[in-house]
Amino acid sequence: MSMHTSITRRLLLAGLGGVGATAITANMPFGHAQAATPVVGFIYVGPRDDFGYNQAHAEGAAAVKKMKAVKVVEEERIPETVQVAKTMESMINLDGAGLLFPTSFGYFNPYILNEAKKYPKVRFEHAGGLWTPKDPKNAGSYFGYIFEGQYINGIIAGYASKSGKLGFVAAKPIPQVLQNINAFTLGARLVNPKATTQVIFTGDWSLPVKEAEATNSMIDQGVDVVTMHVDSPKVVVQTAAKRGAMVCGYHCSQAALAPQSYLTGAEWNWTDLYPKFVTMWMKGETIPNFYRGGFKEGLIKQSPYGPKVSAEARKHADDVKAKLTAQQYVIFKGPLKDNTGKMAVAGGSELIQTNATDEKLESMHFLVDGVLGSLPA
Amino acid sequence: MTSELIAGDAAADDRPAVIPAESVIRRDAIGRAAEAVVIPLGALIVSLLLFGVFVAFAGINPLDLYSAMVLGSFGSWFSVQNTLTLASPLVLTALCTALPAQAGLMVIGGEGAFVIGGLAAIAVGLPLSTAAPPALVQLGMAIAGMAAGGAWIAFAGALRHWRGVNETISTLLLTYIGIAVLNHMVEGVMRDPASLNKPATHALPNADMIGNIPGMDVHMGLIYGLIFCVIAYILFFHTTFGFAARMVGGNPRAARLAGLAVGRIVMIVTTLAGAAGGLAGMVEVAAVQGRASATLAAGYGYTGILVAFIARQNPLAVIPVAILFGGINASGGLLQRRLDLPDASVLVLQGIIFVVILASETLFGRFKIFRPKEN
Repeated sequence: MSMHTSITRRLLLAGLGGVGATAITANMPFGHAQAATPVVGFIYVGPRDDFGYNQAHAEGAAAVKKMKAVKVVEEERIPETVQVAKTMESMINLDGAGLLFPTSFGYFNPYILNEAKKYPKVRFEHAGGLWTPKDPKNAGSYFGYIFEGQYINGIIAGYASKSGKLGFVAAKPIPQVLQNINAFTLGARLVNPKATTQVIFTGDWSLPVKEAEATNSMIDQGVDVVTMHVDSPKVVVQTAAKRGAMVCGYHCSQAALAPQSYLTGAEWNWTDLYPKFVTMWMKGETIPNFYRGGFKEGLIKQSPYGPKVSAEARKHADDVKAKLTAQQYVIFKGPLKDNTGKMAVAGGSELIQTNATDEKLESMHFLVDGVLGSLPA
Repeated sequence: MTSELIAGDAAADDRPAVIPAESVIRRDAIGRAAEAVVIPLGALIVSLLLFGVFVAFAGINPLDLYSAMVLGSFGSWFSVQNTLTLASPLVLTALCTALPAQAGLMVIGGEGAFVIGGLAAIAVGLPLSTAAPPALVQLGMAIAGMAAGGAWIAFAGALRHWRGVNETISTLLLTYIGIAVLNHMVEGVMRDPASLNKPATHALPNADMIGNIPGMDVHMGLIYGLIFCVIAYILFFHTTFGFAARMVGGNPRAARLAGLAVGRIVMIVTTLAGAAGGLAGMVEVAAVQGRASATLAAGYGYTGILVAFIARQNPLAVIPVAILFGGINASGGLLQRRLDLPDASVLVLQGIIFVVILASETLFGRFKIFRPKEN
């Protein structure tokens, strides 16, 4: 048993040694990096080369990097825990960052809200659209109506599918995801009224094995076009392409992963927005606290069509996209039934995407007719 | 298998057969203490050198690396607080592995105890917060978290003792069940209807949150962890119960023959371990996140296993090792920002340290300088 006590002393003393070393280094002259040029920080929840959510933001950051007289610092794989608070503080204290883009949805409450109160001179911009007027004024949120892009995906998929069976690999049954599933299905049904979308919820944002299983099982059932809403579409795209199915992308372009099978994709357009926000900030202008938009505002974009997209499909999709861009088109328009036969949107009413406070759109909890799948009550 | 992992101390083999003179014993103690500092510290330096070589291949000057690491982990008061904050959950989750290891059990389900503890804490904290003062709310939450986490791991202990189910497997699988229960609750009955796109429970009122250590930007949860470590150390190394528990760890059959109530000891030890994990979850809810959501399963339970192993399952050694991990984590950001290293480089460093420190244990007793001369 004495061996245990010797271990104790050993490691305890090692620890004391470590503390001693700390005391020495703490007094060493490591100056804080005082930023002469303005510094902008970007924080990602996953790897920035994930072919998905994080890469879309990193591409935006890369666009800021190209600007003159501004320095960009980045950190990836920061969980939605106290770690993101510490990363923000570290960027502010050690790098002198004055504008931060913590990009994951779960960063907002409580971390961004707390840090915004703590550092009133720093600007916090969050992707997710959660800011309300009672939140700090030096924080803001922006988001895009990316389901407009999924609607275009649906139109293209409707033309491309031979079986009329489409597949959707989804993370969680939350409003943002349901908007995408429903818009995709409505788009496809515009072309082929008998088209169905099989949906599989994996349960979390990044579960590569389950995503591959879901894709495979749908293709086994005859699905020939797949799309998704998960953090990294990479696995779904590669699995679908390998099985000979076609695929519509999401978040950013995955065309490079499957040049032949990739039809199109709904992409964020942060490469446009971020340099715009950074310029406003550097000039001392006020960035809007709450900013949203779709095709019209340039917050989202569509991947270039792949080789398997027919001329007819291109034309139809481009027409609808033009109408969406001109804001003359509503995707969720009554009468709209859900897949249990209940009326989800009454005849004559519309869930207008630009109406950010439309509660029915914001809290969407139904699957439209044509979606094969169910929601928890 | 487990007992070898805990007791693989080479020094044990060369203990003199004859009882030596008192002066020799004293010199031996000093030698061993010196050895205990020099070898792990040497291993740490070797790991850092290896990591320096690794980044040099990526075209980065190792000196820049070291200065960024020092700056990010301990180089300023801000960095020290950052390190301590990140170390805080690891102190408790490491105990969830370290305590059962004393009794020969290899529990790796700290993550499960963590999320169940956090969930139970908020389930009790929310109704209490409308009726009781903050101190009582926090006490209630802590008790709920520890009870739930304790029951969670004790269940695995009971399966082990009475049904012969391997506790390593059962605690790992229980973790998946725990996370599923958490998701089910926060997406179902406990969900705050206003949490649309990130399902979560209602938030604990700010007044009921655990505050910071006075004068520091580090929450009180760290102190809970330190207290738990000290109590656990005293319990396991300075009481007859602890002696009995470690005897069970050394040889359960011998312990039973010696008349020890092995079942009771296993239950107490696993309950304590789960309570540590559950308390960590409670602290995460009550000091950091303010509510329970899927984010509770952030991997603290798994990192705790690593901390426990490097601390060689010793409750007191858990403290410096957790701080070391906190420091590595805290400096990781700076490596990404200043040197453009990918996040995975921190994992590489953690891996190198893990392997080198474990390998360095074979060096104990090999250096004559730490051992007094034979009589």
